[in-house]
Amino acid sequence: MDVRDKLAILADAAKYDASCASSGAKSTRAGSQIGSTEGMGICHSYTPDGRCISLLKILLTNYCIYDCQYCVNRVSSDTPRARFTVEEVVSLTMEFYKRNYVEGLFLSSGIIQNSDYTMEQLIAVAKTLRTDQHYGGYIHLKTIPNASQSLIEEAGKWADRLSVNIELPTEGDLYKLAPEKKKPQIVSAMHGIREKIDETKHEQASGFKPPSFAPAGQSTQMIVGATETPDLEVLKTASELYTGQKLRRVYYSAYSPIPHADARLPGQSPPLIREHRLYQADWLMRFYGFSANEIVAEKDHNLSLEIDPKLAWALANRHFFPVDVNRASQEELLRIPGIGVRNVQRIVSLRRHRPLRTADLRKLRVAWNRAKVFVLTADHNPGVADLDKLNLGKQVAPKSRQLMLFDAASSALTGEV
Amino acid sequence: MTFFLHVETFTQWRQEARALLVRGVAPSEVHFSSGADQPSLFDAAAPEMPAKSNEVAPTVPSAFLEMAKHVACHRDANRWELLYRTLWRLTHGQRHLLEMSTDEDVFALNQMKKAVTRDVHKMKAFVRFRKVVASSDLQDTQTQPEALTNYIAWHRPDHRIVSLAAPFFARRFKAMNWTILTPDESVSWDQLELKYGPGVPVSEAPDADSLEDLWKTYYASIFNPARVKVAMMKREMPVRHWATLPETDLIPDLLQQASTRVSEMIAKNEGFAETAAHYMPTDGSLDSLRSAARHCRACDLHQCATQMVFGEGTPSARIVIVGEQPGDREDIEGRPFVGPAGQLLDEALQTLRIDRNEVYITNVVKHFKFTERGKQRLHKKPNSREIFACRPWLEAEIAAIRPDTILCLGATPASALFGRDFRVTQRRGEVIATDWCPRTIATWHPAAILRMPNPDRRAQKHQQFIADLALTLDQ
Repeated sequence: MDVRDKLAILADAAKYDASCASSGAKSTRAGSQIGSTEGMGICHSYTPDGRCISLLKILLTNYCIYDCQYCVNRVSSDTPRARFTVEEVVSLTMEFYKRNYVEGLFLSSGIIQNSDYTMEQLIAVAKTLRTDQHYGGYIHLKTIPNASQSLIEEAGKWADRLSVNIELPTEGDLYKLAPEKKKPQIVSAMHGIREKIDETKHEQASGFKPPSFAPAGQSTQMIVGATETPDLEVLKTASELYTGQKLRRVYYSAYSPIPHADARLPGQSPPLIREHRLYQADWLMRFYGFSANEIVAEKDHNLSLEIDPKLAWALANRHFFPVDVNRASQEELLRIPGIGVRNVQRIVSLRRHRPLRTADLRKLRVAWNRAKVFVLTADHNPGVADLDKLNLGKQVAPKSRQLMLFDAASSALTGEV
Repeated sequence: MTFFLHVETFTQWRQEARALLVRGVAPSEVHFSSGADQPSLFDAAAPEMPAKSNEVAPTVPSAFLEMAKHVACHRDANRWELLYRTLWRLTHGQRHLLEMSTDEDVFALNQMKKAVTRDVHKMKAFVRFRKVVASSDLQDTQTQPEALTNYIAWHRPDHRIVSLAAPFFARRFKAMNWTILTPDESVSWDQLELKYGPGVPVSEAPDADSLEDLWKTYYASIFNPARVKVAMMKREMPVRHWATLPETDLIPDLLQQASTRVSEMIAKNEGFAETAAHYMPTDGSLDSLRSAARHCRACDLHQCATQMVFGEGTPSARIVIVGEQPGDREDIEGRPFVGPAGQLLDEALQTLRIDRNEVYITNVVKHFKFTERGKQRLHKKPNSREIFACRPWLEAEIAAIRPDTILCLGATPASALFGRDFRVTQRRGEVIATDWCPRTIATWHPAAILRMPNPDRRAQKHQQFIADLALTLDQ
């Protein structure tokens, strides 16, 4: 099998991993000849699924001894198999990188022989890139479940980011679909990485120069929609990981049908809008000061598919409004639907000089239709009567479905809701 | 009185602006022009600047300089005047002007800066280098091939941003000779310094790179047909850049095939939603389990096997021995462990004076799985779906007996009971508590001992087997 055939199989097998960011590592490694990391993500291309290609995202091999039902590479699946050599991955990465096709490498693998052996292979790729090729670009390694702590530490030396996939939001889901994986094991692997990151940072702060360890932090992925678990549970798990393990990102991946799927899985994908709502809710937790419990207002513990979570929160908490943009604290401003983080900053610096009027907000391009009943400006007072209207939800919700999807796509990028 | 000034670059503008500011020239008195603009009729008649005063130019916030550097690259003809007006206002009583993001001038500047920043970002993303190796007539072995290699890209930015983006490429591709050509300007890096040059038409760009084939393979493979979002793609990868991106040729085909690929994936579900749980009798006694199992259709193995081979032994057994699946002989006789492996087990039981009737012997999978080769039926390992489907029978058997000890023969029952990570080679003979039973032990499968070609190894394994079997006698 030639490299091209392997690439087709092993990229295809990696496409279900949502992780794509290449940002977070602020400075390029000393002594690098080819490749840099400068703290911001560059998406080098986009596929028709609207997702960006920033990394060469492949598996080292899609042979696997595990049998996770949601995974196309599980041992019992009939999918065609392939395995790259370390040299092949190194050469592909360097050649793609030199042509500016990609921002770096995302390397994962099915588990062959045992966890440690597989992890060693991943490390060999990263180490060869760094030492033989003097490659300074981004490397994200997926750690292998149950790999030993010393190997994880070694991996963190060469990689910019490490990730351990939590895969499914609850213990029960894991039991059902990935019986070999246990949440405590996954979380303790994350904890091991976190401790090492903290230790490195601590040493840096005390003036030492420790070898770098996963400077871009760690992330994880959760499959959503393969089980009945509601969004509230998903967000609680995410929030637990953000605070407990200091993860940089939690990726949500709407379960999408896979070839050779096990019949116990749903045959259709859940609406992608659900995945999008989870990302919006995730932003609310990370940048807007919301907690998981606040965000999920619906009785069935799921996010509304019709309106964004911030608007849903506002509708459920009308007593909080109207918020006076000229007086309210930053935290309060962040809760107004249609006003994003950057606009809150702009509002705060503007109002130091003069009171804000409605025209100012419109000029800042806040989503006025959504925001108008919730804000008070120097020349606008929506009045409590408006807020009390029963059909308020309908009034402020985006007009048509089409519009909502477009709207959704843009806020997925900026995170402003 | 109006001053007409010709400015091309940010540096020039900065010098002129400083001079104007020092001399107190108000924005309304200045007209800037650039290369692209019509030459002004009054250029020649430009009046003398007022005499230079001794004043130094006032300082401005660094954020302004940062913004001006970007805005200078915008194609808008009014940018120089807008910048000067803002500079004037900043230095004439409106020091915090930049914070007033809704001010007309600041708003316009921010919009231009945003457009330029986005354009620079897109250039970093959408430049595609093509490797060009200069042909050398000299077959000189001393010539380094890398020195003859150049990576050349043709890119068409919206604004004149080459000088803003080039340092990034120099940092990133330090040990590489590269050139970026655009219609208005070009830049090269020789691993030492950046050299800027004139614009180049697309016809001068190299046309292909052999690696593009691999890149397209990657592009097509990483696309998930189950989630098509074309608007999003076009928003982030504007169509006007597509011409220089080799992979975009594939988009029409990928889109066209997407829906068919998804329905094929969904149609190709493997396995079965069912497990033996669907066939479970309400009464959990061994006898009713055995008769219910005869009708089990939870997996396809029942179709080829002669019969279901259920566990055998007394319900009061203190020891349960679990094998993988019935073999050829077992399938014909309908009883577990009656073939050659069964004989070895019987002998071992006799050695330890264990009565076979006092233990319960069963398998993880209850039907024989095989491939036919001529007249022979060759044993085939059950896959994990078959094991999963059959597992409720084993669970029910163990629940009915509640033994003190379970002995797993070989890897299949061991991984079914201990989990997939369990290795018999490393952990045989250990007494381990599991969800199934407080004393669960794994050992070799008798068939594995029989297959050992080396007599010494076979004897050793046999001894270990008996030793492990003896462990079941300790309570």
